[in-house]
Amino acid sequence: MPGTAALKLKESFLALFDDAVSSLRDLLPIVFVIGVFQIFVIKAPVSGLMSLLVGGMLVVLGLAFFIFGLRLALFPIGEGLAHALAKKGSIFWLITFAFVLGFGTTIAEPALLAVAAEAAEVAANADLIARTEEAKSSYATGLRLTVALAVGVALVLGVFRILANWSLPLMIIGGYILVVLITTVAPKEIVGVAYDSGGVTTSTVTVPLVTALGVGLASSLRGRNPMTDGFGLIAFASLTPILFVLVYGMIA
Amino acid sequence: MELITNSLAFIAGSAIDVLPIVIFLFAFQRLVIGGPMPNRKNIIVGFLFVVVGLGLFLVGLEQTLFPLGRLMAAQLTDPAFLHDAVGRGTAALVWQDYYWVYLFALAIGFSTTLAEPALIAVSMKANTVSGGAIGVWSLRVAVAIGVGVGVSLGCYRIITGYPLHYFIAAGYLVVIAQTAMAPKMIVPLAYDSGGVTTSTVTVPLVTALGLGLSEAVPGRSPLLDGFGLVAFASLFPIISVLAYGQLAAFRGRVSTSIPDARDGEKEESHAL
Repeated sequence: MPGTAALKLKESFLALFDDAVSSLRDLLPIVFVIGVFQIFVIKAPVSGLMSLLVGGMLVVLGLAFFIFGLRLALFPIGEGLAHALAKKGSIFWLITFAFVLGFGTTIAEPALLAVAAEAAEVAANADLIARTEEAKSSYATGLRLTVALAVGVALVLGVFRILANWSLPLMIIGGYILVVLITTVAPKEIVGVAYDSGGVTTSTVTVPLVTALGVGLASSLRGRNPMTDGFGLIAFASLTPILFVLVYGMIA
Repeated sequence: MELITNSLAFIAGSAIDVLPIVIFLFAFQRLVIGGPMPNRKNIIVGFLFVVVGLGLFLVGLEQTLFPLGRLMAAQLTDPAFLHDAVGRGTAALVWQDYYWVYLFALAIGFSTTLAEPALIAVSMKANTVSGGAIGVWSLRVAVAIGVGVGVSLGCYRIITGYPLHYFIAAGYLVVIAQTAMAPKMIVPLAYDSGGVTTSTVTVPLVTALGLGLSEAVPGRSPLLDGFGLVAFASLFPIISVLAYGQLAAFRGRVSTSIPDARDGEKEESHAL
């Protein structure tokens, strides 16, 4: 067994080279855009070319490493756990897993920390809360908990949808209709923050894990197709934070 | 020297982000599923690559793209630049005068999305699961077009000051109509691509653009109008990916190469 694993590892190191080449290609459009705007619109020379080159190489290398690790760890572990949970047949553990994965990965999300702090600032300036550090920090913490809870609930809903075979368009579009309705009664300072919080919750590590979870689950259940049933978890994770934050803005 | 310490700091940062997830996954395997983690060696090596890769990626971005992008967003929205480009005072500017901003938003939204690691991951998965019918590259281009158009339109909203939810509601009306017509297999993927687009690369630049713009445009407040660009960047990929599915179906590729949606007996291969 260790022999085959080592062999697979060696083969995948060859794939690492391919990843580096395609990462280079992925980044070329950005270099092009920045270059064109710098030269033709802003008309200023780029300073520190050496540091830019080194930085660019780090980006390429980092992206290649990430994709390599993705194939080796994130995808297999997500699908493996989904299969194992489906085989175990315990809905309780499946739901618990989905909730903790969603809640746990979101509460520590750095992008969310930044957005929550800014949102507290907005709320204080709009006199929704007191203009003290204490009030702001408790508002920000409440917001983070709200978003994390929303993502946990999103994954639970998404997993439940795969199990029960509910219609995804109906749930998602219904959700957004609710969002637009609540927007009309929510304080207008919270609206922008709420809409953006849907986007910041799904981080680079969470997305592959959650995708693998959905696809793995749909492919281990009889009568489900991984293409039509496996995707959709991220869609829930982008929707529920908007709803939850709008409601939080109304009651906090 | 500074680069090395910076890199180490970023790698440590990404380790701190990833570690709780790893601990949770291993604990869950051990306590609930029972037994050791299958392919443990590969998983551990893979996570190390994820952590180091994300760290290096962020250091590189911090050194190259982010400062340039922020600077560019600031320069393009600078009243002095706008004055030079149009030859009128700031107060007299109309929304058409910000054409460089729209063009920049379109280009930067498109190009950063192509490099978004989470989108690469989802495209790879969709390619495997669809049996190759959905191309990794074409899906990414479809999403990138959506983000570019979305960010550009979001800038238009900031400049004109129309309420955010009008646009969002209108966008979802389009989504509803497309959902009814698009091939069923593309719908869940399209909905997912909205959330996937906005992570490591796109968000910092788009946020900088939004805040810079709302500071520069007379009568806008960064606090009220600066937010919301990410929402646009999440909505429009849904439309563009659905359109991609409709286009592919129109050309008759999807309907022939994808097994029927309810053909559940056929077990998908999990080989990567």
